Amino acid sequence: MNNLIKGEKHDWEMVIGLEIHAQVKSKSKLFSSSSTKFGSSPNSQVSLVDAAMPGMLPVINKYCVEQAVKTGVGLNAKINNYSVFDRKNYFYADLPQGYQISQYKYPIVGEGKVTIDFKDGTSKDIRIVRLHLEQDAGKSLHDQNPSKTYVDLNRSGVALMEIVSEPDIRTPDEAGMYISKIRSILMYLDTCDGNMQEGSLRADVNISVRKPGDEYGTRCEIKNLNSIKFIKQAINYEAKRQIEILESGGSIEQNTMLFNTSTGKTRPMRNKEEAHDYRYFPDPDLLPLEISKDEIERIKSSIPELPDELKNKFIETYKLSNYDASLLIAEKQTSDYFNRSINSDPELKNHAKLVVNWITSELFSLLNKNNLDLNNSPVSPENLGQLVKLISTNEISGKIAKDVLEDMFSTRKTARQIVDEKGLQQVTDHGEIEKVIDEVIADNPKMVEQYLAGKDKLLGFFVGQAMKLTKGKANPKMLNDILKSKLNKKN
Amino acid sequence: MKIDKDTINKIARLSRIKLDDKESEDYIKDLNSILDWVEQLNEVNTENVEPLSNISSSTLPKREDVSKDVNSSEEILENAPDKLEGFFAVPKVVE
Repeated sequence: MNNLIKGEKHDWEMVIGLEIHAQVKSKSKLFSSSSTKFGSSPNSQVSLVDAAMPGMLPVINKYCVEQAVKTGVGLNAKINNYSVFDRKNYFYADLPQGYQISQYKYPIVGEGKVTIDFKDGTSKDIRIVRLHLEQDAGKSLHDQNPSKTYVDLNRSGVALMEIVSEPDIRTPDEAGMYISKIRSILMYLDTCDGNMQEGSLRADVNISVRKPGDEYGTRCEIKNLNSIKFIKQAINYEAKRQIEILESGGSIEQNTMLFNTSTGKTRPMRNKEEAHDYRYFPDPDLLPLEISKDEIERIKSSIPELPDELKNKFIETYKLSNYDASLLIAEKQTSDYFNRSINSDPELKNHAKLVVNWITSELFSLLNKNNLDLNNSPVSPENLGQLVKLISTNEISGKIAKDVLEDMFSTRKTARQIVDEKGLQQVTDHGEIEKVIDEVIADNPKMVEQYLAGKDKLLGFFVGQAMKLTKGKANPKMLNDILKSKLNKKN
Repeated sequence: MKIDKDTINKIARLSRIKLDDKESEDYIKDLNSILDWVEQLNEVNTENVEPLSNISSSTLPKREDVSKDVNSSEEILENAPDKLEGFFAVPKVVE
């Protein structure tokens, strides 16, 4: 795979690292009992701790700690028995404390790795530097009033897991695959709801460019991207911007950038004199967080099957390709659907690839077209299994099956019902197909002549005519074979 | 380490505190004498000693994940200098 960008004088390589912020799926905040519910009226879920009233003390949420450990295990990472909460100091209107409680030197989770899978069957490991727990800030609305910023503190103090990768990513696509993989792991573990639209999962992207083989270049950080599409767009734009500067003899200034989703451009957030100096120090209100080995073991044993384990199981049990299996595990609902579908009939085990295709291409495209989620699919996994079985036993052709699936989708009837009602069974009777072909040949003497004179392309015409007569129900392979042998006999 | 005028200005800016010349001079003196005093600790050999972040020997108390639903907006906004439709209203912060 060529990951390089063509420049004026030479090729360039992108070097990308991601900081992913994943909201812990907890009922209450990291250090207070306020609710974390999304979409409530402004400032309705703010305790005196979240509003940083004098004298308030933080008390840590045990559940959030467990979810961070779980996620660490899912990232194949080292869990630290000892970690420390620090204050990250800065002033902003949506941060009432004047500091964010985060973890700096001693994070709860250390080095790990996740694997991404490419279409060509290869895969790549992206190393994780760390995962730490921290508080979210409130929300600022800048566009409601010409002279005011509105602040809602409902999100203030909600628990986040910040997952930091090594700069192992080389293309926008890899960045997309990496965040999808993290999202999938979080959702299997149920530690984060993965909802990017609501901001439960968002990312900061660090990006630089270099001549392949050179040292890392100076990087810029693009803040707060909340969709995979925007992440890819922002990386593409920012890489191009940096290359243009370097090729015209300039140098990159390390900067924090914002991505404008309507123009597709990045721009610097603040000028350099305001460069952040966070003055981290251990929060004197919080003792170090210690987790015993026993507790870590207890949490480990509660972990459900992880996407990669499931992937390997699919590859082994159903002889699926690495890529097909990776499509199934991308979302938990997809693997659940596949499991139910393939187990609905013992015969289907031998046609796993067919089941995958009908789920990930045909059904997904229908769902997309109708703006539906797999969870709300009008076609149940068992019914899809039945459809695939009708194909695999040659009862209907793949082409007819597409129409049947559309019918199933709109009427919620089973595949069997539709095929029976409409008489869509494939014609596999040799004599019947022969009869049709004889008719086609008799009706088109001129075409037959031309075909025999060497115009091979006309075979398609005969197939088309015969299919039309059988309303598309003739078994395509049989039709082809019989047609060829009949025409050649004429010679 | 010595605190000079630039350092004191930087600390003041980071803390959003306005200092006049007289105050800066005073703080430079104060902080330098504190730092000199702390400097003495450098005489202790701390090789292979992990930094201590807390002197208490007890462990971090934890709470269960239970949310208390209270509509806080009125109470929270009570002292806000400016508010609108349940939001705090602050001078425009544009990035």
